[in-house]
Amino acid sequence: MTELATYNFAYLDEQTKRMIRRAILKAIAIPGYQVPFASREMPMPYGWGTGGVQVTAAVIGPKDTLKVIDQGADDTTNAVSIRAFFQKTANVRVTTRTAEATIIQTRHRIPEAALQTGQILVYQVPIPEPLRFLEPRETETRKMHALEEYGLMHVKLYEDIARHGHIATTYAYPVKVEGRYVMDPSPTPKFDNPKMHNSPALQLFGAGREKRIYAIPPYTEVVSLDFEDHPFEIQTFSQPCALCGAKGSYLDEVILDDKGGSMFVCSDTDFCEVRQEKGHRGHLAANPAEAAE
Amino acid sequence: MRAATQVFEGGFSDAVLNSQEVFRALMDAMANPGLVIPVRDLVNAPAPLQPVMAAIAATLFDHDATVWCDKAIAGSDAATGWLKFQTGLELTSTPSDAQFALIRDVDTMPSFEAFAKGTSEYPDRSTTIILQVAGFDGAEVLTLQGPGIEHTRSFAPSRLPKLFIDQWAANRAAFPRGVDLILAGKGALAALPRTTRVLKREA
Repeated sequence: MTELATYNFAYLDEQTKRMIRRAILKAIAIPGYQVPFASREMPMPYGWGTGGVQVTAAVIGPKDTLKVIDQGADDTTNAVSIRAFFQKTANVRVTTRTAEATIIQTRHRIPEAALQTGQILVYQVPIPEPLRFLEPRETETRKMHALEEYGLMHVKLYEDIARHGHIATTYAYPVKVEGRYVMDPSPTPKFDNPKMHNSPALQLFGAGREKRIYAIPPYTEVVSLDFEDHPFEIQTFSQPCALCGAKGSYLDEVILDDKGGSMFVCSDTDFCEVRQEKGHRGHLAANPAEAAE
Repeated sequence: MRAATQVFEGGFSDAVLNSQEVFRALMDAMANPGLVIPVRDLVNAPAPLQPVMAAIAATLFDHDATVWCDKAIAGSDAATGWLKFQTGLELTSTPSDAQFALIRDVDTMPSFEAFAKGTSEYPDRSTTIILQVAGFDGAEVLTLQGPGIEHTRSFAPSRLPKLFIDQWAANRAAFPRGVDLILAGKGALAALPRTTRVLKREA
């Protein structure tokens, strides 16, 4: 009797899943190209990851273990609610550990830990078209992709240099996939761009409101656009994580008081926790002996 | 009468989880060109449809899918009846209109040129050709390179279309337009998306 009261596995009906699955196969066959798909209304507002949720729902099975992150964190509203959504509708195992997950749905970060063969990274994408802010007409941007006409994007990066002395784009930094399509990596910090290149994991991108799916297969060339005299650079941080002492991870600034005090901590909460469990300590980490008392 | 009942039988026993299982095999195959992915026999379709090809059809086809079948399949009422009843697909007699093509006789299939290659604006509107082969331990070993392959990968399907190396090179040259291949063997499948380069064999 409970059968009648439950959702179809992973919420979506089977016809919708087939439609999304056909789009995913074409997206993998044409890396970086945005495949239109008939995005459905989901029980969450646009901007909350409806594209990523639909891709995950079409892909996920009972053998999968799901991890959901929002800006690197497993415990923020968006991540918690999407994780709960799939626990309820697909009854799948969930985890916060990057290494244990088979599917990782992400909003705006790539985990610090290197991804493995067989893992699937599903990105939530707000605006899939990298040329959209330069050319608002879809008919035109589609033609620009068809003709590989990406001069405008280089002009935009050049204007950054002319105005600021360096390329000021820090997130959603455009990449070229396999030497052909210019692609928006979703609003991840440019810090994460190098992780997309030759990743052993399959990367799927879902944009629900804009109705596009695109993909990067494993071991695919992903190059951030730049100039010879202004090569692509990632952000660096002058101090290590205040909790785990990690150098070289992406840090968030956390305000501590109203006197300008702040600390910098890893945005990837799982990466930070695993390091702390292994005994790494930053300068503001709680002393485990004191905490126990 | 027997043919009539065959049509209604042999579909997925669990439409939801079986199709998810087959799709994941297809997605892994497409993301890792030339990698042979095992699949269980989940359907039982009338000849000449082998279980893996029929399972792919049941996973991907519905009333939104336009499918071209070669003579061996189109000539069998039981096979087309099964496909229609189980999936609700739309059959076409023009290969260039097809989103998918089911090929049983690889030797006599039309050239890749005959199928839809998509347009420059919409390269996704191209045919995915599903070939039925005996297995993946053929005499001729191909060396593959491209997205989804770390260095190179050896691939030896038991059968390939005529002049495959040349046809595939032409298909690769038309990128981003082009057809994609799925090969359905016995208990396993593999795929060659249009991005894969087939290297000349070293003698």
